[in-house]
Amino acid sequence: MAAPEKSYDQYLTRKLSQKTLFSMLLILFLVIWSFIYTGFSITDLFIGIPQIGELFTAMFPPDWSYLSDILQPMIDTIRMAIVGTFIGSIIAVPVALLCAHNIAQSKWISVPMRLILNIVRTIPELLIAAVFVAVFGIGQIPGVLAVMILTISIVGKLLYESLESIERGPLEAMTAVGANRIKWIIFGVVPQALASFFSYVLFAFEINIRAAAVLGLVGAGGIGLYYDQTLGLFQYDRTAMIIIFTLVIVVVIDLISSKVREKLT
Amino acid sequence: MSQIEFKNVKKVYDNGHVGLDDINLNIEKGDFAVIVGLSGAGKSTLLRSVNRLHDITSGDITIEGESITKASGKKLLEMRRNIGMIFQHFNLVKRSSVMRNVLSGRVGYHPTWKMVLGLFPKEDKVKALEALERVNILEKHNARSDELSGGQQQRISIARALCQESSIILADEPVASLDPLTTKQVMDDLKRINKELGITIIINLHFVDLAREYGTRIIGLRAGKLVFDGPVEEATDEAFSEIYGRSISADEKLGVD
Repeated sequence: MAAPEKSYDQYLTRKLSQKTLFSMLLILFLVIWSFIYTGFSITDLFIGIPQIGELFTAMFPPDWSYLSDILQPMIDTIRMAIVGTFIGSIIAVPVALLCAHNIAQSKWISVPMRLILNIVRTIPELLIAAVFVAVFGIGQIPGVLAVMILTISIVGKLLYESLESIERGPLEAMTAVGANRIKWIIFGVVPQALASFFSYVLFAFEINIRAAAVLGLVGAGGIGLYYDQTLGLFQYDRTAMIIIFTLVIVVVIDLISSKVREKLT
Repeated sequence: MSQIEFKNVKKVYDNGHVGLDDINLNIEKGDFAVIVGLSGAGKSTLLRSVNRLHDITSGDITIEGESITKASGKKLLEMRRNIGMIFQHFNLVKRSSVMRNVLSGRVGYHPTWKMVLGLFPKEDKVKALEALERVNILEKHNARSDELSGGQQQRISIARALCQESSIILADEPVASLDPLTTKQVMDDLKRINKELGITIIINLHFVDLAREYGTRIIGLRAGKLVFDGPVEEATDEAFSEIYGRSISADEKLGVD
């Protein structure tokens, strides 16, 4: 007895949902619209390419003797990053504790704290530095403050997320022992989160070195200022020296930092 | 006056489920009281209401004459300090050393600033070592807690409770994640503490034969109601059938003697 042939047509024809269709059209529109108004064209690109070549020839050979002039600002940059990371990391701890639902234990605290943290995170560090330059004047103080804010937003965010994933058991045990809030955090939370905290601080430091290197562009101290100057005076061989030096420092620090972070986890 | 008194204790969860239904119960000093019942009968809720890890909806629980239900702030912390607790999953900080986990039982005795700096007096360290010796893991005091086996970890948590110098120890399914042999060792530790130090023990157990072997008193819960309360001698097979609402099956016995 042959069974009637079953038709699977209803499963085979997959229609594009309206939502998908609309999203695709929207993205297409945004891309085309942006292309038109930025005036991006392949021809411009081809005209520009020889100029890149000219820039490179102007850059080479780099002015090696300039190294002695930029050594001090580079050290300043690193110091700015260290001080900013240090202060920022300390402030990030209470911020993260207040952001974590399982520790703050009240949405009235954690939700507004997160909102503030998220808003701060969206502000580019150059903008923050520029504002601080306007307040404190040109120098390293605004640079340090900008790095500090950047650190709070990075370490604060990463730390509160890892705080929320710590084991609940030890916390419950500390409650049962009769520990107050601070003892509860010191004995239940800190040992569980300490290693990741140090790892996030190092990660923030890597980012901060890179950030501190350009903060001088807006007058916030460090090597960035020299970058701006040499570009303005068309001393491209010197600019090249700054770029190479910065690259070396950043790579070395990244390398050391990521090795240490591997050990921590 | 009994050491722990439950008066008309009722617990209704936010979703309307009745966890404890009008419990009246007295626990005497030195009892080794075993709470038995099916999962969901309210054993854990009953135990956790003693030190207020769970708040009750109505009624009152007094410990040595003082209401923990009404206690707050410092008073509540002091009352909790007098009640040690052991958990199914040990609840140790795995990354911390054995010693630090045991010492954390003493934080209730010292000012906050000293604890932030980790300044435990020497007597405390001696107490911690004594507690570790009592549960036979003294030589492991420097190890990281997660390097130890499950049974050893549960003994650290017993040491933590001992170090707390409480007069009551609550044990919430302390052997449920252990193998039969380790189970016996941990239960023997608890029995010894009960006998030698006179610490009252209230324990949730899943296995009927363990309850009979170690308990001096059996408390039966069924759907949040107290259905049995008496010395272990009265807890016959019929009594257990009543608590479980059916006859005892083989998997409710551990089979270790």
